Amino acid sequence: MRAPPSCEEVSSNLSWDVAQQELGYRPGDPINIGWMCSDRICQLGLANKLALLWEDYQGTKKQFTYDNVRIFSNTFAEFLTDLGIQPGERVCLFLDRVPELYIGFLGILKTGAVAQPLFSAFGDESLLVRLADAGTCAILTQKKHLYKIRKIRNALPNLRHVIVVDADSASLQEHETPFAMERAPQVEHFPAYPTMAESPSVLHYTSGTTGQPKGAQHVHYSIIAQYLTAKWVLDLRPDDIYWCNADPGWVTGTSYGIIGPWSNGITQVVLDSGFNAEKWYEFIEQYGVTVWYSAPTAIRLLMKEGSEVVRKHDLSSLRHLASVGEPLNPEAVLWSQEVFGRPFHDTFWQTETGCIVITNLPGMPIKPGSMGKPFPGITASVLDPKTYEPGNRAGASGLIALRPGWPSQIRGYWNNPKGFEAKFRNGWYLCGDRASIDRDGYFWFMGRDDDVINTGGHLVGPFEVESALLECPAVAESAAVAKPDPVNMEVVKAFVTLKRGFQPSDDLELDIMNHIRKRLSPLAMPQEIEFVNSLPKTRSGKIVRRILRCKEFNEPLGDLSTIMED
Amino acid sequence: MDEITKAVRGYIIREYVQEGDEREITETTPLISSGLVDSFSMVSLLRFLEKKYAIHIPDSAATPEAFDSVERIAALVRRFQRAEVGSL
Repeated sequence: MRAPPSCEEVSSNLSWDVAQQELGYRPGDPINIGWMCSDRICQLGLANKLALLWEDYQGTKKQFTYDNVRIFSNTFAEFLTDLGIQPGERVCLFLDRVPELYIGFLGILKTGAVAQPLFSAFGDESLLVRLADAGTCAILTQKKHLYKIRKIRNALPNLRHVIVVDADSASLQEHETPFAMERAPQVEHFPAYPTMAESPSVLHYTSGTTGQPKGAQHVHYSIIAQYLTAKWVLDLRPDDIYWCNADPGWVTGTSYGIIGPWSNGITQVVLDSGFNAEKWYEFIEQYGVTVWYSAPTAIRLLMKEGSEVVRKHDLSSLRHLASVGEPLNPEAVLWSQEVFGRPFHDTFWQTETGCIVITNLPGMPIKPGSMGKPFPGITASVLDPKTYEPGNRAGASGLIALRPGWPSQIRGYWNNPKGFEAKFRNGWYLCGDRASIDRDGYFWFMGRDDDVINTGGHLVGPFEVESALLECPAVAESAAVAKPDPVNMEVVKAFVTLKRGFQPSDDLELDIMNHIRKRLSPLAMPQEIEFVNSLPKTRSGKIVRRILRCKEFNEPLGDLSTIMED
Repeated sequence: MDEITKAVRGYIIREYVQEGDEREITETTPLISSGLVDSFSMVSLLRFLEKKYAIHIPDSAATPEAFDSVERIAALVRRFQRAEVGSL
C-alpha cells in the first residue's frame, strides 16, 4: 500500500490549473459536470469500472458501472428534455438516497438545467419555501414523499412536472408522471448541453439569521475545485472504495457524494439507511471501504455505542478518514486513532464555498480539535470583527474570511443579490464563523458569528423556526436559539410566550415539537421548549436572541444597554 | 397486541405517518433504519413515552436500536416500568 503523500507532494500538485489539465478542460471550452462525471470517465477506459454500489436498509443491493451511469443519466436527460425542460430551469431532486438521486443529478446537468437537491425529510413548509423561491419547474420524487408535494402543489404555479421514480401511472394524479430509470428505453447517446464555466449547475438552499433560506448558486466550473480537493484532501486513489455518509440533499452529498468521487473515477458505496452502528461497521467490512468521509455527529454516536462493537468487525480496509459538518472535538480524533488505528481528519467548508477550504491534509501532523490549515490555492484569514483587517496576534478570536475567486465559490444567492453582497467586507468573503489561528498556522473553530444554529452539521435558521412556531394557536411570541448538545454540537431550543387562555404543559410542549417536525424537518424541531412570561427585546421591540443564546452557553451577556427592562 | 404496543403503534401512525403517506406500520416495521424516525425525532417520541407511562428512560438506553420498531419500543417501556416499580 502506498504511503500517504507528503505535504510537499500535495502542495506541488495543487493548483486549479493542474485540475483543469487533469480534467481536460481548456478555458473557454464548454464544461458540463454531468458529462465530466460519466461520459469522460468512460472515454478514459473505465466504462466497466463500478461507479456505485448501493444498498438500502432492507438489504436490497444494486450496482452500476460508469457505463450504466452514463446511459442512465442520458436516459434521464432525454426524458426531461422531452418534457420541455429548458436549460437554466430548476429541477428539484426530492429523493431518499436511491440510485436515481445520484444518477438523476447528472442527467439534469446534462440537459443544462439546474439541479436543486432538497433533503427528503423536509416537511411541506420547508419544501414550499424553497420551491417557490427557486421557481422550480419539475421535481423528481418517490411515492412516499408525494403527499407533501400534493399539499403544496397549488401554491407553486411554476411547478409543471412531478416525476415519480417508483410509481406506475395508475397510482398518480394529473400532472404526475412515472419514470422508471432502469425500465425506460435506454439512451445510448445524449449530447450534453454545452454549458460554460459560469453556467449555473446546482442550487443548494442554506439558512441564515434573517429571512427565509437562501439559494446558493453554483456553476459548472466548481468541478475544478471539487475534483482537486476530493483527490488530495480525501486522498482518493484509483482502487479506493469510498463512502460519504452525507445525503445529497446537502452540499457535502453533492460536492463529495457525487461530483468529487465520480470526477475522479472512483467507486463509491451508498447505504440508504438511518443510523445503526452495527450496520455501519458491517457495511464497511462487507464492501472493504478504504476512504470514509463522515460527520462529527455520526462519529459521536458511534463513540456512544462503544469500542466493543468495533472489535467485532474487520475494518482493516480503512485507510483514510475525514469529517465535516461541525468542529470535530479532540476526544473524537483520539477515539478514532484508538479504535480504527487512524484519526479522522477534520475539514471545514460550507454551502457557499462549494469545496473544502480549511483542512487537515493527509500526512500533515494533526492537532486534535483544530480545523487544520487553508487548502493550497485558498487564502484564508481571521479578521478583526471591528476593522475587518486580518489579526496579527496568534490565538486572537476573529471572523473566518476567504479571499474570493476559487472555482467553486457560489456566484450569488438566488433572487437575493443584497444578501450575497452582505457576505463581503474589505475584499474578503465572511464565512459567518469565528476562529483563531495559532503560531503554526492552524485554525481553531470558536463558534458561529450569527444566530444560525448548527445542529448535526446542518444549519437551521431561527427565523424559519420562529415563523412555524407562530402558526401554533397557543404561541404568542417565540425565539429559537442554539443550545449546546454533546452529540449534535447544538440543537434548537425554543423560548415561547403563550396567548391568553393557554397554560404551559407537557402536552402543549409535545404538540409544538411535533408541529415543527412535520412542517419543517426533524432537525429544526426544538429539542426543548421553555415557556416564559416575556422575551428580551430592544427598545424598538425586536427580540434579542443573543441574550437567550448566551444564557444557554453560559457566556457573558455583553452590552445590555439597548435591552428593554421587562 | 398488548396495550403498550397498541398505544405506541397508534402514536407512530398518528404523528409520523401523515395523510397520504401509504406506509404500513406493523410491530416490526423498521423505524430508524427506514428513516421514518431519525435521531432528532426520537426526542419527541421519547417525551411521549416518558409522559404517557410516567417513566424515565436515560439517554444511554434511548439508542437508535432500541427505537427501531414498535415492538422494541414497547419492550423498552416495559423494562423501565418494571424499573420504576422496583425503585418504589
